[in-house]
Order: sequence, then structure tokens, then C-alpha cells
Amino acid sequence: MIQRPKPERFRLRRTMMFMNAQKPGLIKDAYIYGCDSIMLDLEDAVAENQKDAARFSLYHALTTIDYGNTEVIVRINGLDTPHWQEDIRVCVAGGADGIRIAKCESAKDVHTVEAAVEAAEREFGAEVGRTLLMAALESPKGILNAYEICSASERMFGVAISGGDFRKCMQTSFQPDGVDMLAARGQMLLAARAAGIQCFDTVFTDLDNEAGFRAEVLQNKAMGFDGKSLINPKQIRLVHEVFAPTEKEVRQAEKILRAFREQSAAGVGVFTVDGKMIDVAFIPGAERTLRLARACGMYEGDLV
Amino acid sequence: MRNAVGREIPDELLRNGKQGYQGKNYMDGKYIQKASPRTRRYEKPQESKIVETLVDALKHCGAKDGMTFSFHHHLRDGDYVVNMVMKAAIEELGLKDLTIAATSLGNAHDPIADYIEQGKVTGIQTSGIRGRMGEVVSAGKLKTPAIIRSHGGRPRAIEAGEVHIDIAFIAAPTADCVGNCRGIGGKSNCGSMGYAMTDAKYADHVVVVTDCLVDFPNFPASVEAIDVDAVVVVDSIGNPKKIASAAARISQNPRDLMMAENVAKVIASTPYFKDGFSFQTGVGGPSLAANLFLEKYMDERNIKMGWAIGGICGPMVELLKKGKVQKVIDVQDFDLDAVNSINQTPGHYEMSASQYANPANKGAFVNKLDFVVLAALEIDTGFNVNVLTGSDGILRGAPGGHPDTAAGSKVCIIVTPLTRGRMATVCEKVVTVTTPGDCVDVLVTDYGIAVNPLRPDLIECLDKAGIPHVTIESLKEKAYSLVGRPDDLEWEDKVVAVLEARDGTILDVVRKIKPLEL
Amino acid sequence: MEILKSAAAGTLESSDCLVTVEPGQGITLDLSSSVMNQYGRQIKATVLETLERLEVKDACVTVVDKGALDCTLKARVECAVYRSCGASASNIPWGGAVR
Repeated sequence: MIQRPKPERFRLRRTMMFMNAQKPGLIKDAYIYGCDSIMLDLEDAVAENQKDAARFSLYHALTTIDYGNTEVIVRINGLDTPHWQEDIRVCVAGGADGIRIAKCESAKDVHTVEAAVEAAEREFGAEVGRTLLMAALESPKGILNAYEICSASERMFGVAISGGDFRKCMQTSFQPDGVDMLAARGQMLLAARAAGIQCFDTVFTDLDNEAGFRAEVLQNKAMGFDGKSLINPKQIRLVHEVFAPTEKEVRQAEKILRAFREQSAAGVGVFTVDGKMIDVAFIPGAERTLRLARACGMYEGDLV
Repeated sequence: MRNAVGREIPDELLRNGKQGYQGKNYMDGKYIQKASPRTRRYEKPQESKIVETLVDALKHCGAKDGMTFSFHHHLRDGDYVVNMVMKAAIEELGLKDLTIAATSLGNAHDPIADYIEQGKVTGIQTSGIRGRMGEVVSAGKLKTPAIIRSHGGRPRAIEAGEVHIDIAFIAAPTADCVGNCRGIGGKSNCGSMGYAMTDAKYADHVVVVTDCLVDFPNFPASVEAIDVDAVVVVDSIGNPKKIASAAARISQNPRDLMMAENVAKVIASTPYFKDGFSFQTGVGGPSLAANLFLEKYMDERNIKMGWAIGGICGPMVELLKKGKVQKVIDVQDFDLDAVNSINQTPGHYEMSASQYANPANKGAFVNKLDFVVLAALEIDTGFNVNVLTGSDGILRGAPGGHPDTAAGSKVCIIVTPLTRGRMATVCEKVVTVTTPGDCVDVLVTDYGIAVNPLRPDLIECLDKAGIPHVTIESLKEKAYSLVGRPDDLEWEDKVVAVLEARDGTILDVVRKIKPLEL
Repeated sequence: MEILKSAAAGTLESSDCLVTVEPGQGITLDLSSSVMNQYGRQIKATVLETLERLEVKDACVTVVDKGALDCTLKARVECAVYRSCGASASNIPWGGAVR
């Protein structure tokens, strides 16, 4: 049985790829495409009368397939269905890194899931607190309650918007400039940053519209998202390209970190790098840049 | 004896100077005496060579028991001609003991399986064998072992007299009344007729079968009237929909694309990737998709392809039209874009199978090839490739030009997923060796790249370019860790097919498989 | 477990298998596979081990395999058995009889 290492609450999550947990041919090696996280889906991708079968498949996939460094998240069925409790049991028993709560609308929803997760951790002898959570906001109410959701639990690592359902609620449809979800994306980002967790954008479903996909990913990056949900492996590369730091940013981050270490060893708090004032507030950003650079194959040093 | 790829070849096959495989270029420099056909003189001017029916044509050519009939496979899965001719010979003329020597056979030829079971067809010589025919031959129902040759090995064998063709049947999309044939201008177009050319020159008799009679002279001709005894006009020689697909589309399968991109990376890392380089690719998913990524590297470095050969399809024609490749020379066309381009688009030419791949002539195109990208059913840790037998030991494939291009090219890249379903593509020992490992240079899979240790120069290229690679053993282990280690197949003694290397030595044999009793 | 009614799980897609269980006397297994010659014995062993773990003593089991990995074979057999008892929806002994 594969023992996955303890999940990291904050790690690189540029790309989260959805995979139907019921399709053996898909899930057996989804990690080869190099996405940061895979999202095994028990919800919409699985027909109502196959929910049970999907759980058996999921359990054996989680316990026999070595996904390596790829994070494994499971999207469970909504709290308004008869499936979510068993979904949580199988996720915890199988050792999934995290659970995505579908259609989350309040902190109470997070707490409900958290209680079931904890019970399952005790039932299956897993370390309590091991299983991470993220929430999918799919309704106006979810967006309005974003902050209380984001800050509802120590297990929460991130929040994502689910475009399909959200647009329906808002009586709108996909717009190339993103205006349909501009306010919601903004609100969710604010909440996530205020709560100190990550924030992910929705899927882009028109696989043939490469220009549209690129535009959306560029906008995601400009707005400050950490990553994006994907439906096809061929979308991974572009997201990684867009989210990659520039060579200049990497060198700058390296300089800042190096200077910070030297200066703080000498007891100096504020100093200049290339004529710019630098203090401790710049450090997390510089570290994030270098971690990203390492994932993109642009940095091989030992500062992070 | 045990041959150079470690296969046990039964002594009874090693008679009359036949040898086991000895390694690449073993026959280099040796002389051969070419065989010549016994052909009939048509000195007295004839208005036309058209005869009413196939039976008339067979009679005209003196068809009798024990003869060898040849066919070519440009009509692919749409072909009606093999079945039509064999039906006339067996059911109408009552002939038996016939040998079919075809450039390839496929699913279109399922009815021939009946003639094999009835003992009417007793010999098969082909590159490809699939469908029901593959099953009955594998079951040991053919009287003599099938002989499997590559596209280059076949013209070699014909020229050497190892295959003597009594009557060659030419499936002609267009023909005139004396037998000048072309692959275009009719209703069942196939483009190139390259595989038929050697047959027409070396057969005692040649019968043209067409469904589109055109005015004399049908020129420039692929098969010339000077070699033709009779012309038969039939309603249809094939199903156009299955002869050439609408347009070969580049795969959108992410796994194929990922592998294709790595193929292009490997190519671009070698010193042979320079202006004027030559290239062949298969039409399988990842092989064809390599075109797409290669074009990117060509643009980036501002270089053009000198020439491309092979079975050709749309994406290559597209490169020709864009001026990114100077010449395309083909033996076969796979889609309508290629069919409509040959001899029409400047720079797009036809060639014979011998010119393409024959190892015994004075230098075929494959010998000048820089890169070839090929698929595989299986590849083992000795880099030996199998493209003939399935994991169940049943004949269901074709060496085609695989062994020829692998042997001739400077860099032969095999691209295949590590596993298919539960089958490990990278394995310890392939079921049948169709391309010897000393001809294969690089393996690209979805789990990593491996370079043949015989090519330290290529290992250096990949290292310099920062392309990660692993040993083929580690890929095999990964495959077995995913699907489990397979049980060895169990065979009976009976040999059902002999696999000839392109130089005429014996590379491997296929025996009758023992069904598994649980 | 006791097979109460006929039930199936899985599909005939590549890399999957279709498992059907029916009430029977003792275990009878009807197996066909696209990789029979190389994996038939292993598939049979996996199916029988899984039935044993679930304490199924009497069943007619039909497996039509399309190249499924062991983890898929197990999942399909387990699901079919739990379905036949009407118990597939909740309280599965993950890590216990199902492992």
C-alpha cells in the first residue's frame, strides 16, 4: 500500500487537473503530465448510479498508484446529497491529501465536513488534522461568505470558484473579457488573501479556443490567483508558462534573499538592492518567486 | 541455431543457403544474380488488351494449380481486388495450392481465411497480416509457414528469385486499354503505386484490374503497358472511403502530444538536425504529431527539411506546400491530401518499393535517411522491436518499412506509450523480433526516454541539451510495476510464420500458440 | 458475504473490466480477457483472493477483462459483491475487507 507523505498546507498549486475517479484508464497515471495537483472527481463526472463504484476505484487508486510529488485531492459530492459522508470516509481511508468541498456556502459547511473528516481520521487511524480542505464557491451566497469560509478551519488551504454553476446563478454566461465573474473573482481573492490561503480560478472548457484560454490565464495571473483548475492535460503547459517568473524576477529575488541573509546576520533590518529599499516584508514574495522558479526549472540554488 | 538477436531458428528452415540473422549490414558487398521472368511476346500490334472477366485474364495467363499470385496494398482496407481474383481462381476455375504474395494484407481480406482453411491457398508471403487471416495462420491452418518480409525485403526477394511471381495483379485506379496504370484520375484513387512496380517488372504475367478506363496513353504511368498482358475492367476495385481517409488529423491525445514533443526535442538535439535534413515518420498518433513540434524547431533555427519519404499523409504535404520541405517522395499515400498532391504539387514524387527500401540494390532512399520516427507493439531491453504479433502471440501487424528505415537511418526513434491497457510495451523479451535492436537508437515513452548504449554519441547529444533519459531496463521495471510481470507465452513446436530480415536471413519464427487453460 | 441477487460493476472500456456476480453453489469463475495468455493466471488469482477476503463462499462470477490493472479488478469485484447485497452505498470497511 502506498503511504503518501503528510500533505503540505501551502505548496505550489498552479495547476489542478480534474479526472473522473470512475475511469481506470485516466486515473492510473494522471501524474505524468506534470500538473501540481490532480483532482479525482466523485461529483459531476460520475453518474448518480455509479457513485458507489467510483469510490471502490478511488480507494484502490489511492492505495496502489504512486502519484509521487503530485498532490491528490478528491472532489466530493455536495452536502445536499446522500453521498458525501461515504466520500469522506473513502478519501481519508485511502490517504488523499485533501478534499474539495463542492458548493460550499458558509463556514458551517466547512465545519460539517471537518467534523466528518476528523471522525474518519479517528476511525481509520490517520493523524488527526492530516487531511486538508479546500472549498469550491459556486453560488452568490458562497462568494458573499467567502471570508468566513476561507478562515473557517486550519485545514483550509485554498478556495476556488466554479464558473459553470456560478454563471447560471448570476444569469450570465462566459464572457471573453471575464466581466461575467469579475466581481466574484475579486471578492474571493480578497477573502483568500485576508485569510492567508490560496485562491484558484475556474476551468476553461473550450479546448479549441487557445487564444481565449491564454487570455483568461493571463488575467488570472494579473489578478493574483495561485493557480487554475484544468480539464485536460494539454492545458497544463500554458498555465505553467504564464505563471513562471521572468528571468529578471528570479535574479532579483535571489539578490534580495542573499542580501537579507547577509544583512540580518549583521543586524541590519533595512537595506538596498539595486537602489531599491528592501526590508523583511519583501522576503515571502522573494521566496515564493524562487520556489516557483525551481518548479519551472529556472532555479537550482539552495536559497529556498 | 541461435541468431544474432538470440532467437532459436529451427534447422529445417536453414537449408539451401538460408541463414539466421547475423547482424546489421552482414550482406554488404556480396553479389547477387538477379532472376528474370519468362514473359510472352506481343509482337503483332494489338488494339486493346481488355478481356471480359478475371477468369478470361487468368486463362490468358495460363493460370494453374500451384501458382503464385502477387498483389499490392495501396487500396489498404478498401481493397476488393485480392478477394475478387482469388474467388475467380478458386471458385470459378477450381484452382488450388495457390500462394498469395502480397505487399501487405489486412482486414479487407478476411474471406481469404476461408480459402486457407479449405486448403486452396497454401502459401502466404506478405508484410502485414491481420484480422481473420492472422487468426487462421496463427492457428496453424496454412499448409506452409507464412513468410513475412519488410517492404524492402520483398523487392530484394523478388529480384533474387526467392519469390517467383507467376501472375501479378495490379489494382489500378485508372488504366488505358493496353495497361498503362496510374493511381489518380479515377474513382478509387490511391496516389502512389510504388509497391506494384517491382512486381510488374519481375512477374511472368501481369493483369491490370481497373474500375476506370481512360484514353490511351494514361501517362506518366506508374505501371507501364510494356509489362502488361491483360486488362480487366470491373465495377469497383475498392471502397474509396477506406482507401484514403479524409485527412489524417494530428492527434489531440495529450499523451501522444507529450511524447511527440519529446521526439522533436531529441531530433533537435542531434547534429543531423540541420538545413536539408531528411525525415520519415509513421502515421500513428505520436509519430505523426512529431511533425507539428519539429516544425517549431525548424522555424526557431531557421532550417528546412531537404526531403521526406515514406507513406505520406496531409501534414507532410502541408509542409511541402509551405516550402518547409523541398521534396516528398513516396511509395504510398494515406489520405486524400496526399493522394491529390502526388505528381501535382511541385516536389512531390512517386518511387518504387525497391527505390525506397531494398537493401540489395545499390543504395535505396532509406540509406540516406537522417531520422525516422516509428511506433512499436513491443520493444525489449535489447531494443528489439515487435510490430507483428500481439501480446497473445497472434499475427496482427506488419513490419512494413520499419526494419528498412531503422537500419538505413542515422537516428531511429521508437515512440510508444509504456503500457497499453495491461500490456507492457517495454518488456524483457518481445514476442517476435521484427526490427533488430542494433538498428534502433532511441526510445521515447510517456514515462521517459532511453538511448541505445550502442549510441554514446546520441547520449552525449541528449545530455548536452539537458534532455533527461534513463536506461531501458528501468523503463521495463516501471512498466512491470504498473501492470505486473507477464507470464511467458507457451508455444507448440509448429512454426506458423517465418520472419525474414530485410537481407534475407531469418530473424525470427512465430510458432503456434498454446491456449491458456485455467 | 452472501450473494443475494445478481449484480454487476465496471465497463467494457479499455483498461476496465465488467464483473457480474450471481447466486451460486461454491465459486465458479468464467473469465475472458484481452490479455489472457500473459495475465490470465494473475487475474484469476486476484479475483479469487478478493472474493475470499470478502468471505464470499457461493457465487457465479463472470469477468470480462479489457486489460484492467489489479487495482481495477479488485474495485470491480468488490463493488459487484457489495451491490449484490444492497450494501454498496455506505459503511464500506475501507482498509479492512476492502483493501
